[in-house]
Amino acid sequence: MADISSDFLGIKSPNPFWLASAPPTDKKINVLRAFEAGWGGVVWKTLGSQVKNVSSRYSAVDFNGTRVMGFNNIELISDRPLQINLDEIKECIRLFPDRAMVVSLMADNDRDSWHELIKKVEDTGAHGLELNFGCPHGMIERGMGAAVGQDPEIAKMVVEWVMEKATIPVITKLTPNVHSPVPAGKAVVEAGTNALSLINTIQSVTGINLDTLVPNPNVGGKSVFGGYCGPAVKPIALKMLTNISQNPVTRKVPISGIGGISTWKDAVEFMLLGASNVQVCTAVMKHGFRIVEDMCEGLSNWMDEKGFRKLEDFIGRSVNNITHWEELDINYHHIAKINQDKCIHCGLCYIVCEDTSHQSINIAKGHPYNTYTVKDEECVGCNLCQLVCPVTDCITMEEHRVAPEYVNWKDYQRLGLPLNDH
Amino acid sequence: MSITNSRLTAAEYHENFSDIHPPFENHSAALVEANRCLFCYDAPCTKSCPTGINVPKFIKQITTDNIKGSAHTIFSANIMGGGCSKVCPVEKLCEGACVFNLMEEEPIPIAKLQRYSTEKAIGNNWQYFERKPSTGRKVAVVGAGPAGLSCAHVLSREGVDVTIFEKEAKGGGLMTYGIAAYKVTPEFCEEEVNYILGIGGIEVRYGQELGKNISLEELRKNFDAVYLGFGVGVARQLDIPGEELDGVVDAISFIYDIRTKGYPAVPVGDKVAVIGMGMTAIDAATQAKRLGAKEVTLVYRRTQAEMPCTEAELNIAKLDGCEIIWLAAPKEATGENGKVNTLTCNLMQLGEPDASGRRAPVDTGQTISLNVDMVIKAAGQMPFGDLIAKNSLNNNKGKVAINEHSSTNIPGVFAGGDCVNGGKEVVDAVQAGKEGAASILEFLFYAKPQSS
Ligand SMILES: Cc1cc2nc3c(=O)[nH]c(=O)nc-3n(C[C@H](O)[C@H](O)[C@H](O)COP(=O)(O)OP(=O)(O)OC[C@H]3O[C@@H](n4cnc5c(N)ncnc54)[C@H](O)[C@@H]3O)c2cc1C
Ligand SMILES: Cc1cc2nc3c(=O)[nH]c(=O)nc-3n(C[C@H](O)[C@H](O)[C@H](O)COP(=O)(O)O)c2cc1C
Ligand code: SF4
Ligand code: SF4
Repeated sequence: MADISSDFLGIKSPNPFWLASAPPTDKKINVLRAFEAGWGGVVWKTLGSQVKNVSSRYSAVDFNGTRVMGFNNIELISDRPLQINLDEIKECIRLFPDRAMVVSLMADNDRDSWHELIKKVEDTGAHGLELNFGCPHGMIERGMGAAVGQDPEIAKMVVEWVMEKATIPVITKLTPNVHSPVPAGKAVVEAGTNALSLINTIQSVTGINLDTLVPNPNVGGKSVFGGYCGPAVKPIALKMLTNISQNPVTRKVPISGIGGISTWKDAVEFMLLGASNVQVCTAVMKHGFRIVEDMCEGLSNWMDEKGFRKLEDFIGRSVNNITHWEELDINYHHIAKINQDKCIHCGLCYIVCEDTSHQSINIAKGHPYNTYTVKDEECVGCNLCQLVCPVTDCITMEEHRVAPEYVNWKDYQRLGLPLNDH
Repeated sequence: MSITNSRLTAAEYHENFSDIHPPFENHSAALVEANRCLFCYDAPCTKSCPTGINVPKFIKQITTDNIKGSAHTIFSANIMGGGCSKVCPVEKLCEGACVFNLMEEEPIPIAKLQRYSTEKAIGNNWQYFERKPSTGRKVAVVGAGPAGLSCAHVLSREGVDVTIFEKEAKGGGLMTYGIAAYKVTPEFCEEEVNYILGIGGIEVRYGQELGKNISLEELRKNFDAVYLGFGVGVARQLDIPGEELDGVVDAISFIYDIRTKGYPAVPVGDKVAVIGMGMTAIDAATQAKRLGAKEVTLVYRRTQAEMPCTEAELNIAKLDGCEIIWLAAPKEATGENGKVNTLTCNLMQLGEPDASGRRAPVDTGQTISLNVDMVIKAAGQMPFGDLIAKNSLNNNKGKVAINEHSSTNIPGVFAGGDCVNGGKEVVDAVQAGKEGAASILEFLFYAKPQSS
């Protein structure tokens, strides 16, 4: 059986699944329940500056009857007294010595505040620190959170302060509220951070109540931009993770992947794109801690099937499969094929291709079932029909190379091959 | 053994005749099903609805919280979309064609969703259609059943002044007087008729019977056009000895009594035989059982493969505990003191296909006798042959003959629904009414003047 134990900067955990710094990790009672359920580690809810929360705090985006496809919050960092947090952290480490305990920090913006906070947290016996440079609301207005993460210069300065003091591994958590996570990532790696984590939440407005006309979440008739997370943000997180995994500076340090992870499959995708472990928040806020059981079992079964014995065997394996557009092989071509035995005649492939793509699907009217076939010569291989087909494996994309040799965009231009010819 | 009424308590009647297809409990329940719909293109469900309701559209509108729009989509194709959602034999119409069947999955409960939207619309009296200013043209409609009402509604929208002549005291036709009581309530039927008439411009004259109080000549004289939607009549005679005995009754009258007199007032036997295997036979059998009959046996001269009712209907009868004897044709009814006590049937076997394409039953020479105190005849309905012949209407075995423009042989006289097709479904009659109205509008406003 595959070994799914994880070692992140020497911080050991029985599996690579940590809970992200958020309400699920903000006090002993939750964290103990998480460890009992089987979570490999936690990043304790961010400690630091003094705050005051409001109500309500969350809102969500539902899709086609599925709740919480995207999740949004306007909560701040921990609003509990610091000493209680520190005592509880210590207690959790004592009760579950085999789990990872990382503590998230966001001090006031001066060297002494950071140093003082680091000292107190290290005294608990925590295994690592995570710097919250990502919170997009509430703290940013006070020059903290994403305000730090969005400015590489300030980020670098804060990390330098931290590295002067810290004796345990330091992870810097990046904000996605930037064009690219690379400038801040580079700056903090150069300043000495031992690892990176990403993404934090994305600024958003989830929706508006059409009766009151007040956006969600409604705090006494007003709303603010919140931080968006959950399944909806996974593709964005994967993209930013790839940026960090491919950059020659940032890829030198380990990465903890975060953003929309709900299943073992999501986790594997993050790891294939270079994350050494992953962190989860929204999925447990929707389902509770018990989802970790299937995450462990699913990961282990998949590794067995693929012949991977330990996590390092596959971490980063897809990073180089994302390239630049101009490197893609223009002679690669595939064509949709509809399996008539599986087709249920819903007509979705036809109408999307006809209305919005290349009019490549033929319709033969019948009563009540029409027959749909692909016009091979018209199909550009865009995948749209396959994506909308409700039946698994009914539409497949069959390879029909234009020519055997690899030709990319640069060759294409050099050889003066025809453009705009479809 | 005897035929008696008031067999059950009020609570038992209530239980036996409560809604056979209950509605969604709440919005969330409706949403779960609505969200399953794939929003098919050129959807098979729509193509299998005789009125062509845009099913994917109205279901999608439920998911976007646009219930008003959803009901509008339904009513624009079928003004009786509310009633249809309760009575359509959907397993052979829309739901039978739903693509989920091809994945061996439960089809989308289209009728239940249709009921969800239309009940809200009728309950709130959302009126979608505004009558155009009166054109001064007048049309007479005979029969306030689904065909007549649907025709009248379309005509009124276009500013035609419509007068409906209806022989009964209420509208709705067989919806009100024929369909099983556990599918629609009298209150709903009345509400639906009122909702349809809510557009205005339609006057209904109840208690007016063509051939009795009024004549076709009068109507032709006083109106610019006439639409005939008078349906079909009582159950077909069996033409067997003993048919005149007490206790041998016609299914249509039996059901009419259930729908009009109240359950306790309707007498039913201990041992009931029902002849036929169509929708009417099933309805008569199940309702006899629900009125408290001890044994109900359906007798049919062919096999399950040829039966006209759907599998779902048959299952209702079976679940109600009705027995079925296949391949048995009634030979004679006998009795004592004028009251039936035995039904004798010839046992049949299947021979060569007949005109309907179904294998014809052939007598084997053997017989069986059933001990009964009531026989309900439900072997098809009889068209109003006399009325049709007396008025010189071309017909096909008593069914009014029309051309592709819903027109009879008499200029300006149109027809549709059961009186033309011999008895199909409500939804077919609604469609016939729409088509009739379209032809009448063409006739009134666009056709060249005819010399009569
Ligand atoms: C027992 C039974 C059960 C059925 N169950 C179903 C079912 O579950 N689902 C379904 O979809 N369909 C069912 N049907 C069929 C459905 O009821 C009919 O197809 C539909 O009602 C036909 O509509 P129509 O307007 O053509 O005729 P009708 O509904 O028969 O309406 C005709 C109207 O004309 C009136 N009329 C008749 N003669 C005259 C006259 N001389 N002058 C003035 N008015 C006249 C009648 O009183 C009636 O109101 C059932 C039918 C029967 C008999
Ligand atoms: C209610 C809530 C509070 C959060 N608070 C913090 C926080 O205090 N510190 C922090 O670094 N991230 C915080 N986050 C961000 C999460 O740690 C995580 O980065 C983000 O939710 C993306 O992961 P997910 O898609 O699995 O939820 C919070 C998220 C939520 C939903
Ligand atoms: S009217 Fe009847 S057949 Fe048509 S969609 Fe509604 S339930 Fe189905
Ligand atoms: S066939 Fe079924 S899935 Fe498709 S549109 Fe109709 S109800 Fe929806």
